[in-house]
Amino acid sequence: MASREFNVRALPGFGAVAIFTLVMLYLPIIILVIFSFNESQSQSAWGGFSLKWYVAAFNNSQVIDVSVRSLWLALVAAGIATVLATLAALATTRVGRFPGQTMIYALINQPLMVPEIVTGIALLIFVAFLKVQTGYAGMGYMVAAHTAFCIPFAYLPIRARLETMDLTLERAAADLYATPVQAFTYVTLPLLVPGIVAGFMLGFVVSLDTVVITEFVKSAGQDTLPTYMLGQLRRSVTPEMNAIATLFLALSLVVVSLFFLITRKRG
Amino acid sequence: MKRDSHRWKWILVSPALLVLILAASGPLLIVAVYSFLSPGNMGGVAWDFSTDAWFRVFFKRDIFEPENVTLNADHLAVFQRTIWLSLQTTVICAALGFPTAWFIATRPANRRMIWLFLITVPFWTNLLIRTFAIQEMIRNTGTLNTALLWLGVIGEPIEMMYTDFAVLLGMSYVFLPLMVLPLYAAMDKLDFRLVEAGYDLYASRFQVLRHVILPLVKPGFIAGSILVFIPSIGAYVTPRVLGGGRSMMMGNLIGLQFGQGRNWPLGSALAMVLLVIVVVALVFYLRITTRETGGRDGQS
Repeated sequence: MASREFNVRALPGFGAVAIFTLVMLYLPIIILVIFSFNESQSQSAWGGFSLKWYVAAFNNSQVIDVSVRSLWLALVAAGIATVLATLAALATTRVGRFPGQTMIYALINQPLMVPEIVTGIALLIFVAFLKVQTGYAGMGYMVAAHTAFCIPFAYLPIRARLETMDLTLERAAADLYATPVQAFTYVTLPLLVPGIVAGFMLGFVVSLDTVVITEFVKSAGQDTLPTYMLGQLRRSVTPEMNAIATLFLALSLVVVSLFFLITRKRG
Repeated sequence: MKRDSHRWKWILVSPALLVLILAASGPLLIVAVYSFLSPGNMGGVAWDFSTDAWFRVFFKRDIFEPENVTLNADHLAVFQRTIWLSLQTTVICAALGFPTAWFIATRPANRRMIWLFLITVPFWTNLLIRTFAIQEMIRNTGTLNTALLWLGVIGEPIEMMYTDFAVLLGMSYVFLPLMVLPLYAAMDKLDFRLVEAGYDLYASRFQVLRHVILPLVKPGFIAGSILVFIPSIGAYVTPRVLGGGRSMMMGNLIGLQFGQGRNWPLGSALAMVLLVIVVVALVFYLRITTRETGGRDGQS
């Protein structure tokens, strides 16, 4: 053994950069959260602890309105996307190559590749056309747009789960005279649940975060929390915005933590 | 039997494909068509074939002397800024992301998860909120300026909002996790015995980094770069909030044509240009990665 420990994994200065990066990633968010509890209007001088901006946010009927719309849109879009993605994942995994496979992958991953602004204006054009043709101007367009955008995110963890699943269990079910439907209901589906839940959560978070597509697809009175915030940022910003952002962050944090726990616990 | 199972697959996959074609891919084709039409009076289009939108993407006609054609300097400045800022963002993310990913990959297994979680959380939190957080930092009355004024480092606030610097800072901030995660994935699989062998053969730390580590994590670098570069090129929210009208990127220029500007064909043509840049970047990426694996196959 060498007298002086030589660590082959250490590279000089890398630790410092890593710590710096992490601090930089969190500092702006932490400051934003801190000033949401500020008594004074200022975003830079501390005027004492107060919850008044949270009270203001909860008394702002517009904020409540857009938050509720964001949440139900995310639930509905992520729900539909998860069902569709589960079916698609079942059809496209563990089957070897088949004709049309590349096209299916390209279509599913397309929302990940194409910039949101391009998808946004494309949907704006299409929705404007449909509105004139059908006279319908409801939330259906938003649901469809969000669902399409959530599908690739829901698909990824479900497919990953299917690919790592133990095939012998299904074969055992078949050996025990289970019909394909029984084998699916009692063996495959319960094993797939963590993937489905993870897929739903990713879809939920993605729908909740989507700004650009919503901004271009929405009709009057269909603002979601992010597009409402985007509109407000142009005006003078009050700590009420910090309070709303903090609540929003807390929700994302909960969902992401749950997602992390579910996907890590691979048994 | 064989054909039967294929039919099953298509039945299962078709609902997802239908939604994707209706609400994602299909409308892109309409954009391509619209770029060859004439603008309507109140937004929208008139159904006359025209290449005027494509002409206007790059050129400008003098209002009084229509035969006097010049390059559209405003648009070209936006293209140039978009590409330049995206490249800079990629470089900054790589410079910060590489040491960070290395640091995480060399932690003990139990602590690695916590670090990875800390990098992943900002990635899944709202991009608008993170941009807003940066705005609060760099505004004239923001945290940074107030702190510097209080310390006496500066006499008056530094104007940072609505500059290229603000956009660069914001994009590097929001896209950094996209670089760290694939780099970490590449380093996680790294065989540290190779690093050790390098040192045993009297290589310096720099030589090991240059000739052993970098070639081995190159796929992670390439994947991270493309994951940062593509959303940067198409960025809309970050340059809109931090760059405003003064430091516009292509996404904002496109958005404008569907708002106050009201020239849908021009907006469509600009969107197609953006799409072409993204596709070129992706093809470039695929060619590099297939060449890498192709070369390896050739050796074996």
